[in-house]
Amino acid sequence: MLSIQELEQTATQVRRDIIRMVHGASSGHPGASLGCADFLVALYFKIMKPDPGQFTMDGAGEDLFFLSNGHLSAGWYSVLARYGYFEVSELDTFRKMGTRLQGHPATAEGLPGIRISSGSLGQGLSVAIGAALAKKMNHDDHLVYCLMGDGELQEGQNWEALMFAAGKKVDNLVAVVDYNGVQIDGPNDKVLPLGDLQEKFEAFGWNVLTMYGNDMTEVVETLKKAQWFTGQGKPVMIVMTTHMGFGVDFMMDNHEWHGVFPNDTQTQTALEQLNETIGDY
Amino acid sequence: MTEYSIQGSKDTRSGFGEALHELGKQNPEVVALCADLTGSLKMEAFAAEFPDRFIQVGIAEANMMGIAAGLTIGGKIPFTGTFANFSTGRVYDQIRQSIAYSNKNVKICASHAGVTLGEDGATHQILEDIGMMKMLPNMTVINPCDFNQTRAATLAIANHNGPVYLRFGRPKWPNFTPKGQPFVIGKSLLLNEGKDVTIFATGHLVWNALQACKILENQNIYAEVINIHTIKPLDEEAILASVLKTGCVVSAEEHMRNGGLGDSIAQLLARKYPAPMEMVAVNDKFGESGKPEELLVKFGLDIPDIVEAAIRVIARKPSRF
Repeated sequence: MLSIQELEQTATQVRRDIIRMVHGASSGHPGASLGCADFLVALYFKIMKPDPGQFTMDGAGEDLFFLSNGHLSAGWYSVLARYGYFEVSELDTFRKMGTRLQGHPATAEGLPGIRISSGSLGQGLSVAIGAALAKKMNHDDHLVYCLMGDGELQEGQNWEALMFAAGKKVDNLVAVVDYNGVQIDGPNDKVLPLGDLQEKFEAFGWNVLTMYGNDMTEVVETLKKAQWFTGQGKPVMIVMTTHMGFGVDFMMDNHEWHGVFPNDTQTQTALEQLNETIGDY
Repeated sequence: MTEYSIQGSKDTRSGFGEALHELGKQNPEVVALCADLTGSLKMEAFAAEFPDRFIQVGIAEANMMGIAAGLTIGGKIPFTGTFANFSTGRVYDQIRQSIAYSNKNVKICASHAGVTLGEDGATHQILEDIGMMKMLPNMTVINPCDFNQTRAATLAIANHNGPVYLRFGRPKWPNFTPKGQPFVIGKSLLLNEGKDVTIFATGHLVWNALQACKILENQNIYAEVINIHTIKPLDEEAILASVLKTGCVVSAEEHMRNGGLGDSIAQLLARKYPAPMEMVAVNDKFGESGKPEELLVKFGLDIPDIVEAAIRVIARKPSRF
């Protein structure tokens, strides 16, 4: 069982991986991956703890995770590799020809840990609901988690899914919104205001929790609380406030780092801010 | 020519509904989803007998496609039901990413395709769905011709692992294929042997092709009629063998010329065996309100249209035939 400090060290290594992967590929989306590193590490290493040696598509008897905002691929791949789904050396192939680590997550290349493609936004919550319903039909009492972006909530399909999950009592589902407040073109409030997310989700019939997503202790505790809230007739939503680009000062809270790769100098600066904790790939 | 007797007039969607109900009894993994069109899709029997495996999603087709994709992850075999328009164009990207690219075992079952939907008009009469679906890698595209065949196709796709688009329609239509005839995905059916021209038809127009064949025979023109119920994968071998014999082709379908069955056959012939070809299909037009039989005439999909196309294409044959 990893301590909070060990989880933090893993998250720091994941952030190093993200910078090095995006730099190595000369493309990718560092911002939100950096912001969600703590959450993804906590989810895999402390909460879900699936068996990385026995990846199965159906994930029977395990918790499942779906990434709706597929542009967080660098962060997710790093966590999957660090967790043991595949060799960390494979992270070096990110976004390169012939890789299993496609620009956005995909199943075609058979990368362990990935169950569906994502990247075109707004689809992941529906898929997670389907997987959660299948778990209920299969009398499998494990949970389904789904991470979504905040800007992604501008896609209408999310609101179809939100209405459905509450209306049909899909209560083995925990959705998490990465509420970093920015999207490609700028702050959400400038692009299209999201309004009061907590009120909206509550009005849709969800149990809503909030957390600060860049504090490992708070992330772990809130996720445990979310587990406790499941099975009570309502789906569970966590509005997770994060800093896009967390861990690298010049990327933090800056929408320009949504989908831009750092040059050599910037990479050097970024890596100086992120200690190598459990070894680079 | 081979005689086909009509076993009543039945809608193809009822063939789907009956088979879905049967699948529910046969296979506990079969799940059905519907976007507020249970009656139109004839899914009531399944919904009534298997309420735990019937998911009413409301008028939210995008969500339905995503849920269906997610259900496959838990080993389910989801059949989605709504009109063809809302099964394809409305949710193209959901199908593309979450179903086709992810190669999920979803059966997209689409009723009310084409102009024979009738009075509802162009908003609902999709004529581009085959084209959209056949362009997606991993997708199988099936358009059966009558009640019995739709029933058989529905049963068959449950045993096929991978995404399938199953297209059928609203109107009562001659039911003439033998009851219990096995449905083999990708294997066309020779309905009448001929030597002068091959008519490749799909969906409702298979019956029209057979009627056209009869009329042609009275004029001493012997048409081969082949039912291409599976547009993708296309039965290339059977198509080429027939065209090698007859030397010219008519395609007939209740679909846009762009992207339809004729388009697939033309591509095949251009690559392997160029031959004169006429296409009975809708030419770059939206549909409109009317009775199915009136609309088939207006849009050039009627029996005489197939007869005339056959005569035109035979006249274009090179002299070696």
